[in-house]
Amino acid sequence: MQYALLVYETQESFDARKDDYMDKPLLAAWRAYHSALVEAGVYVAGDPLRPPETGTTVRIRNGERDIQDGPYANTKEQLAGFTIVELDSLDEAIEWASRCPAAAIGAIEVRPLAPDVKSRIVR
Amino acid sequence: MTSATETHRAIELVARQSYGRLVAYLSARTRDVAGAEDALSEALIAALTAWPRDGLPKSPEAWLLTTARNRLIDRVRHRQMQASNASALELLADTGDDVMSQVGRADELPDERLKLLFVCAHPAIDESIHTPLMLQTVLGLDATAIARAFVVAPATMGQRLVRAKAKIRQAGIAFEIPDAAALPARLDAVLRAIYAAYNSGWEDAAGSNASSQGLVDEAIWLVRVLKERMPNEAEVRGLLALMLHCEARRPARRSADGRFIALSEQDPQRWLRPMIDEAERELAAAATMQRTGRFQLEAAIQSAHAERARSGRTDWQSIALLYEGLVRLSPTLGARVGHAAAVAQVKGAAVGLELLDAIDARTAHGYQPYWAARAHLLAEAGRRSDAQTAFDRAIELADDPAIRAHLLRRRADR
Repeated sequence: MQYALLVYETQESFDARKDDYMDKPLLAAWRAYHSALVEAGVYVAGDPLRPPETGTTVRIRNGERDIQDGPYANTKEQLAGFTIVELDSLDEAIEWASRCPAAAIGAIEVRPLAPDVKSRIVR
Repeated sequence: MTSATETHRAIELVARQSYGRLVAYLSARTRDVAGAEDALSEALIAALTAWPRDGLPKSPEAWLLTTARNRLIDRVRHRQMQASNASALELLADTGDDVMSQVGRADELPDERLKLLFVCAHPAIDESIHTPLMLQTVLGLDATAIARAFVVAPATMGQRLVRAKAKIRQAGIAFEIPDAAALPARLDAVLRAIYAAYNSGWEDAAGSNASSQGLVDEAIWLVRVLKERMPNEAEVRGLLALMLHCEARRPARRSADGRFIALSEQDPQRWLRPMIDEAERELAAAATMQRTGRFQLEAAIQSAHAERARSGRTDWQSIALLYEGLVRLSPTLGARVGHAAAVAQVKGAAVGLELLDAIDARTAHGYQPYWAARAHLLAEAGRRSDAQTAFDRAIELADDPAIRAHLLRRRADR
C-alpha cells in the first residue's frame, strides 16, 4: 500500500522559509527525516509547497469554470488526494485542474511546488 | 552639453512613455514583475547621473532597457550563488542580446503591455487588486497614489501589490494573450479593471481633486493602449467611447463656484465637442463589428444624453430601452438603478419606484446612487417623509462634499 502523508504548517513556519537560512534545527530535522525514509526504502515522492497565498482554486459549476485567488478553505470537503504535474504555467495547470473529475463536485487547489526549499533538504 | 533640467525633463518623458513597455518586456520572460520594476527604477536613477554627463543617448528607451536588463542579470546571478536556479538567467540572456541588436529605435521594441494587462487581470489574482496592479506595472504609479484613489492605507496597498506580484512569479502565471475561447471573459476582466480606475477618479471628486483627475487620464490612456493592440474588439472601442462621453462633460459638471451640476441641468454648450465626436466615432466603429456588449450599451446611453446638445431635448424613451438591454446583459446595481430612473422619466415616478423596490434591500443598502434616485422619485411621487429619509441616506453615503451640498439643496426644495 502507499500512503500520502499530508503536511500542514502554520503561517509562521511558511514565513520562516522566506529567509535564506530556514530555521537550522528544523532544516536538519527535515533532512534526517528524508534520509530515514529513503534508507528505509519507503520513500516514493514528495515536495514542499509554496505558501497558501500562491494558491489558486478551480471549480466547475454548471459547466462554467470558476477561478479564485487563494487557497481552498476547508469547509465540508476534506483533502482526498493529490497529483503532481510538470507544466509551463499556471494557466496550463488550471486547464488540467478543470479536467479533473473532482472539480465538478469539490474543488481543486493549484499550488506550486517549492523546489528551492526541497533542495535544501534533499542534497 | 544638455542642461540638467532638459535632461530631467527627457527622463521624465521617457519614463512616462516607456515605463509600461519596459516593465512588460522585462517581465514577460521571467514573470518577475517586481524584479523588472526594481531594475527599471535603478536604470532611471542611473540615467539621472549619466545623461547630463554624457548627453542624451540616441535611443533613451534602448539605453534604459540595456541598463535595466544588466541589473536584472546581476541580481539573478547573485541569487544563483545562493540557490541553483539557472532558468531565469538563461531566459534573460538568450532574449536580451538578440533584441538589443535590433532595438535601434524605441518603437521597434516588442510591445508586451497587452500581455501584462492580461496578467494583471488574471482570474487567479484577486479582483480587487487588478486595477492597482495595472496602474502600478503599466503606468508606474506608486502605491501611495493608488492607495489614495482607492481609499486604503498606503502600507496596506503596498502589501497587497507585493503579494500579487509574488503570486504572479511564484505561481507561474503565463504572459500570453488568451486563446479565442478564453478571450471574451479575460478581456472583460481587463476592461472592468480599467473602468474601475476611471471611476475611482470620477466618483471620488468630480474634478475637485487633482490626483483623482490623474487616474481618469490614466484609465483613458490604458484603454487607448488596449485599442492600439486590439482594434477589432468592439467592447474595447465601446469602453473608450463611454469614458470619452463622460469626460466630455467634466467642464459642465461644476459651476464657477464649485457647485455640483446634475446631468439634466448641465449646459450642453459647455460639453467638450471634440471629445464627444471622438466618442461617437469609436461607438460607430464598435457597431460595425456587430458584437454588442455592456460597455457599448453604456456608451450608447451616454451618446443619447449627448444628443441634447444638438436637439435640445433628451430622448428618455430610447435611453430606457438601452437600459433595458443593459440590465438584461449585465444586471449590475448601477444598471438597474439607471434603468429605474430612465423608466420613471417615461412612465412616471411610481413605475420607477417599483423597479427600485425590486432590488434586494441588502444589496442596495450602501449604494449611494440607489438612495439618490429613490429620494428624487419619492419626492416626485409626493411621498414627502419617505423622500426625506432617502435623501438623508444618500447624503450620508456621498463622499464628495459638492454632491452632499447638491443633495441638501434638493432635499430643501421638496
